[in-house]
Amino acid sequence: MSGHESTYVPKTGIEKWLDTRLPIVRFGADYMSLPTPKNLNYWYTFGAILTVCLMIQIITGIFLAMHYVPTTAGAFASVERIMRDVNGGWLLRYVHSNGASMFFIAVYVHMLRGLYYGSYKAPREMIWILGCVIFFLMIATAFLGYVLPWGQMSYWGAEVITNLVGAIPLIGEPVLIWLRGGPAIDNATLNRFFSLHYLLPFVIFGVVVLHLWALHTSGQNNPVGILIPKDRAKKDMIPFHPYYTVKDGFALLLFMIMFAVFVFFMPNALGHADNYIPANPLQTPAAIVPEWYLLPFYAILRAIPDKFGGVVAMFAAIGVLFVLPWLDTSKVRSMRYRPTMRIFYIFFVINGLILGWCGAKLPDAPVIGNFTTFTLIDGDLNSFLWLTRFATLYYFAFFVVLLPFVGLKEIPLRIPLSISEPVLSGPDAMSGAVPAQAEKKG
Amino acid sequence: MTTSIRKVLGVAVAAAALAVSAAPASAAGGGKEPRKAGFSFEGPFGTFDQGQLQRGYKVYREVCSACHGMELLSFRTLGERGGPFYDPKAASPTDNRFVRALAAEATINDIDTEIGEPMTRPGTPADKFPNPYPNRIAAAAANGGAAPPDLSVMAKARHDGANYIYSLLSGYVDAPAGLTINPGQYYNPYMPGDMTPFWTGDHDAVPKGGFIAMPPVLNPDQVTYDDGTAATVDQMSKDVSAFIAWASEPKAVERKQTGMGVLAFLFIFTGLTYASYRKVWKNVSH
Repeated sequence: MSGHESTYVPKTGIEKWLDTRLPIVRFGADYMSLPTPKNLNYWYTFGAILTVCLMIQIITGIFLAMHYVPTTAGAFASVERIMRDVNGGWLLRYVHSNGASMFFIAVYVHMLRGLYYGSYKAPREMIWILGCVIFFLMIATAFLGYVLPWGQMSYWGAEVITNLVGAIPLIGEPVLIWLRGGPAIDNATLNRFFSLHYLLPFVIFGVVVLHLWALHTSGQNNPVGILIPKDRAKKDMIPFHPYYTVKDGFALLLFMIMFAVFVFFMPNALGHADNYIPANPLQTPAAIVPEWYLLPFYAILRAIPDKFGGVVAMFAAIGVLFVLPWLDTSKVRSMRYRPTMRIFYIFFVINGLILGWCGAKLPDAPVIGNFTTFTLIDGDLNSFLWLTRFATLYYFAFFVVLLPFVGLKEIPLRIPLSISEPVLSGPDAMSGAVPAQAEKKG
Repeated sequence: MTTSIRKVLGVAVAAAALAVSAAPASAAGGGKEPRKAGFSFEGPFGTFDQGQLQRGYKVYREVCSACHGMELLSFRTLGERGGPFYDPKAASPTDNRFVRALAAEATINDIDTEIGEPMTRPGTPADKFPNPYPNRIAAAAANGGAAPPDLSVMAKARHDGANYIYSLLSGYVDAPAGLTINPGQYYNPYMPGDMTPFWTGDHDAVPKGGFIAMPPVLNPDQVTYDDGTAATVDQMSKDVSAFIAWASEPKAVERKQTGMGVLAFLFIFTGLTYASYRKVWKNVSH
């Protein structure tokens, strides 16, 4: 799994004994000494941050499960009992609930980094695809987890999302009943959601192992995006430990500061107040909105006038990521050297934020001011409905039109022959986000 | 040094922007933005004012509890550190003499352990606040169809909770002329709702607010405060809002104080890690 030649030499008697039976120490040593490009910037630290996020969610989750009551009558009160009477319970719960948001912040940065530096291109397609599997599982886990406190948003979110399955022609209805464990969302639904919410993180953990296996097999990409030739490995590669353990560690701590600010000082800022109202199947909330990290996909779902069409579009928005390695036709990995695609990329990031904004708004609400323009088909042009549609169009166009065609037409900038070259020639003019310049001192 | 700080800041700002820009906008509209009561517990260093919590408890006990339950709250919680009746001399919240006395005032439904018949007994610190109605249907039936909501977590269940409750309670005004009000309903400008269907006046000047089934219940001097504070409607609203805010999250102050320590630790640890990073990477040009 290490993907490079082992340099581990067992020293003590027990290590030698173990090495011929279960070479677990060798595995760990090789894992930590993985040759890594020396020019990885801070955007590359989010992989380590995500690993820690997953561990935090699993550990806090295990302790929360010891106190949680998965019944419609007991769930809401048990969560509040955790907040009041369980030792350190308020900390466990706020770390877990805010941890989900932190996990998604980190995963979005991580994915956008991969998109920018072309980390999905050969020979790293499997790393990317496994990452997409993790992302999809994360969405599922987060959705299931949000149902567990059994507040108003939990219940109605579950209602809306499970109803999507019912939109599938012919098999929709029976599958819906099978998923919910009955004709309506009830105790059976909550029980199975709890069971699956406990299961999926361990599935994620397994896929993370595969993700890292693939990473250690094909090697790290880097901001320059070139494969490092064997003869330059000595010059351009450094062992993962201690160089990247300390760099990732530093970035992780900065991330933890942000995490702590949310947990200790604004623990409910990322949630919805309605979820502190116990679930009431007879009272629909004024607006049903998912957690912030699912808003862009929720917006895409609502952009399509047809319910089943919306479901297809929403899943396609995630599905398109899986085929990304084959949609991008450019020979150049890093967008540092792709002047045209860079601009489309920046628009793509802004577009994602716009989609999130749309997902939080009512479709009929005006975007600018409080006036109407003219009606286009089924909605006013100055409404979130149409903004969502334009943003959805750009989202898909980026993948299925821009990436294939720009890749063929674009004239890339000159690519350095080695990752040391930009270092020697001073600040890289093209890398606005993260200049890859030398930062040595003394 | 500066370059890497700048890089880190860039990443941090991007991450924060992602979080903030995507934070859910409050969806429910129609109500007026709550007035600021200037509570002592706001901000990262804010703590509850024990006198205010005691006054707030008295307002809840004598006014609100006639219709609203707080079923997630135990009497012993009143005696926890930071709570309204915390007594440093008490060995534990359940030993707290104020808590014992307050609990004993309540009548708790129970089962007689000898004969198995339903009975009532005085409350103990371990009991939860009793509900004024035996169940939700009874609560709705006694209040014209609208069950008074439980107040246990009310400050977390509304946007800007404490200020909202304060504004709502002290914000009752006469309905503007032109607003049709159904029997059993009251107009309150802070209540979320849409007044358009009930408004006969100018269509561009629909009043903000909504209908609420709760009449204005607070009247001047309705409660006699033990500390001599003048019991104005504004004061009582403020005090009971503070009490509900405390009850919604009794561990809020402990949380913020823990957070200060955690942040101090993280800053020091981050500084040390940064120094290690500089040292480890000293001879690598990258």
